[in-house]
Amino acid sequence: MSYITKPRLSYSGRKRNKLGLAMRDYEGGMSTLCAGCGHDSITAALIQAFFELNIPPERVVKLSGIGCSSKTPAYFLNASHGINAVHGRMPALATGANAANRDLYYIGVSGDGDSLSIGLGQFGHAIRRNLNMLYIIENNGVYGLTKGQFSASADKGSKAKTGEINAQPPIDPVLMALSLGGAFVARSFSGDKQQLVPLIKAGLMHQGFALLDVISPCVTFNDHDGSTKSYVYTREHFHETIHTDFVLAADEITVEYDEGEVVPVDLHDGSHILLRKVAPDYEPKDRGNAISYIQHHQEKGEIVTGLLYLDEQAGDLHTTSNTIDQPLNELSYDKLCPGADALEEIFEAYR
Amino acid sequence: MSKTAKNSINDCVIKLATVNGTGSASANALLTKTILRLGIPVTGKNFFPSNIQGLPTWYEIRISKDGYDARSGQVDIMVAMNAQTYAQDRDEVSPGGYLLYDSTWPRDNVLSRNDITLLGIPLARMCNEVFAGARECVLMKNMAYVGALAALLDIDMKAIEEVVQERFGKKEELIASNLRAIRLGHDFAVENFQCPLPVRTRPMDKAADLMMIDGNTAAALGCVYAGAAFAAWYPITPSTSLMDAFAKFCGKYRTDPDTGKNRFCIVQAEDELAAIGMALGASWNGVRAFSATSGPGISLMSELLGFAYYAEVPVVLFDVQRVGPSTGLPTRTQQGDLLACAYASHGDTRHVLLFPANPTECFYLAVKAFDLAERLQTPVIVVSDLDIGMNDWTCPKLAWHEDYRPDRGKILSVEELEDLETFYRYHDKDGDGICYRTYPGVHPKGAYFARGSGHNEYGAYTEDPAEYQKLLDRLRQKWETAAGLVPEPIIKRKRGATSGVIALGSSDCAVTEMLDKLDEPMDYMRIRGFPFDARVEKFIDSHERVFVVEQNRDAQLKSLLTLELNVNKRKLISILHYDGFPITPDHVLDGINEVGDMPEEGSAA
Repeated sequence: MSYITKPRLSYSGRKRNKLGLAMRDYEGGMSTLCAGCGHDSITAALIQAFFELNIPPERVVKLSGIGCSSKTPAYFLNASHGINAVHGRMPALATGANAANRDLYYIGVSGDGDSLSIGLGQFGHAIRRNLNMLYIIENNGVYGLTKGQFSASADKGSKAKTGEINAQPPIDPVLMALSLGGAFVARSFSGDKQQLVPLIKAGLMHQGFALLDVISPCVTFNDHDGSTKSYVYTREHFHETIHTDFVLAADEITVEYDEGEVVPVDLHDGSHILLRKVAPDYEPKDRGNAISYIQHHQEKGEIVTGLLYLDEQAGDLHTTSNTIDQPLNELSYDKLCPGADALEEIFEAYR
Repeated sequence: MSKTAKNSINDCVIKLATVNGTGSASANALLTKTILRLGIPVTGKNFFPSNIQGLPTWYEIRISKDGYDARSGQVDIMVAMNAQTYAQDRDEVSPGGYLLYDSTWPRDNVLSRNDITLLGIPLARMCNEVFAGARECVLMKNMAYVGALAALLDIDMKAIEEVVQERFGKKEELIASNLRAIRLGHDFAVENFQCPLPVRTRPMDKAADLMMIDGNTAAALGCVYAGAAFAAWYPITPSTSLMDAFAKFCGKYRTDPDTGKNRFCIVQAEDELAAIGMALGASWNGVRAFSATSGPGISLMSELLGFAYYAEVPVVLFDVQRVGPSTGLPTRTQQGDLLACAYASHGDTRHVLLFPANPTECFYLAVKAFDLAERLQTPVIVVSDLDIGMNDWTCPKLAWHEDYRPDRGKILSVEELEDLETFYRYHDKDGDGICYRTYPGVHPKGAYFARGSGHNEYGAYTEDPAEYQKLLDRLRQKWETAAGLVPEPIIKRKRGATSGVIALGSSDCAVTEMLDKLDEPMDYMRIRGFPFDARVEKFIDSHERVFVVEQNRDAQLKSLLTLELNVNKRKLISILHYDGFPITPDHVLDGINEVGDMPEEGSAA
């Protein structure tokens, strides 16, 4: 969570969004991650996405657990509240925070250690509850802060910097989310900002749990020959299945497309997601098809990316809990206290 | 109570030995409630197995004209309905007492005590003759013993009928069959025994303002009245009923009349790690939030409790203590989590604890816990136990002052943030160790990062030694502030007392009763909060010797006193109870008498 204060650069003449805010207003402290770290690219994509979505920074809550990835919320959205929780427990904090105020945007940044080992249980249950948040896993297959141990997402046969070969099969968050009923399941690559930014926007605007697994190479401990999470390996095996465009409610859909090639999805706030099939045989609204397609390509060593599954109708935690529309933290005390008369009534029942 | 208990009015213990899952609980509740309605103080304690059906279970009803709540340790009337435990139940009856058993089958082994009176009633046979279904016969057998007890104890049948009618409402058939079974038992007793027994009841006027409630229900009610709108939990005995009650009350009193939607959210978490995390997230985001658990849950929650201490996130947690670890004796009581709660987590952490002694205090201290947690921006653990939480106590009517407003602590509003040049989350502006906090979504100036790791007073990450030490020192100062805010100890003095006794929580009722039996005058201090109020140290200092009564093996309260206070440890004499059942007044009395005139080594301090 360490960072260095960024020098104040002049952005005069630079673009401002509909709130009149500059990109600078969505930035955070200077990153202290290694030069070339994939995570910093994701941070940059996040800043761009929030800027372009015209989201007031104070309406965003950033959450993270422990690890290199979990440091990054300090590097974007300085004007947003954040919680840097304990290892693997970010989903729980996010659940409570979201329950308290359903009107804010929640973004959780986690890593493969934080989500797939120590936090596997909480990760799975947040999906089950369809917690309304964007959940990003900055996935590099390795424990960076403790210097290079394999994580649970490391592929079988992948080589560590020390030469050790990983003997265990990986836990794939995308397949896990699909099997647990995840309503928004996406995978991307930190090196592909064109793909990443629309996915972040779509995930933020989606009503429910949006999983975005981003392969984000660790330049220091996992970017060598023999690693299946290196920049080179990811670029070579990257296989975009569905291309996603995000269109704001206020904007018109200007992209031209043929019916059957593009699946438009309307979001609750009037914005749209356009799913363009790069692979003609892929069906992003068919869970079973998605699972078998991803597995099939994984066997061939390919990394399937894009917005792989989307169900905009699944109700989130508030739907299943039947909570009122108003944020719970805005309820005045008189709406919460039953009063002295009710206590009298209770007394009679306990006699 | 005399050892023989031969002649007494409104002063006896009836123990009902049954098999769990046979519906005896509702029969026992009916009996207890009727006694309360007759104006007689009464308590009911469960001694139940960790099991759903088929194992022995006991319910102990203590009728006490003096209003004593403790387990007395006596049994005047045993209702032995479980063949599996006949021998044990027979042996437990106090000399001069009675054993009521089902004489449908020959029970030669029950006849082997001649200092008690046996009352055989063919309950099964009578019920089989009248009722049809097997399940109904089992249930009605319980009602039949209630009827027999009514005759034996001189309980007005009309009072019983009233409670039965209330309970079953419009279900006429059920009312009729239950009343018939009660009548069966009653009539048999009247025809075959000399009713009433010398141990009996007589209507009083001491219970008009008493209610019968368990601590978990009262605590849940406290949470509702405190305005808690979020709760997360993981099922664990003996705290589960607290969340059940909270859900029930919220369902009734927190549904939006226009939309039918909930003004609350309860999440059954995947484990206690998540439960406390969720409560913290909600509380951090401006809702009063809590969790309830027992010892094993405290272990799992420890890391996040430490996080909350450092990130200064308020949260309320109920620890309904049981015997542990692992499965332990999950349905037995103990005060075994005192140290675990006080110092939960790693590093320098200390937590504010509140110790209710009965359901009444569970209610009021639950409200207090939220006020303290938000005022101090730290976790507050309400340390209850199974005896308080799951047993039926008679308590004075709970009262509510309509002018109560929650103390949300130091929170900056939009306007205050607007006027502020820069907001620093961990800057101690007021010098009491408590800083100002903000909610997300309110104002861009209010943004900060809540983190457990090193942070300076401006809210920024730091590994700087001086800055980090400054943070630790401020948290210690906040701890000192807390000592002046927790509920003060209750001290009862007796003229001429040179010795004192200290207790907390559910030990209180045993100590209070013991003091009435004790020949020598003794002062009593009941601790209700941690950190310890200044009066705690003074109390110890001002007595030659001080008995510390607690329900655990390792004298955890005594340890806490000696760790936290500058007191003479040798003055403190432990009286410990740790068999899983609630402590009795006699146990405390024996402990004091055992020490007797022992040389008082420690009195020189």
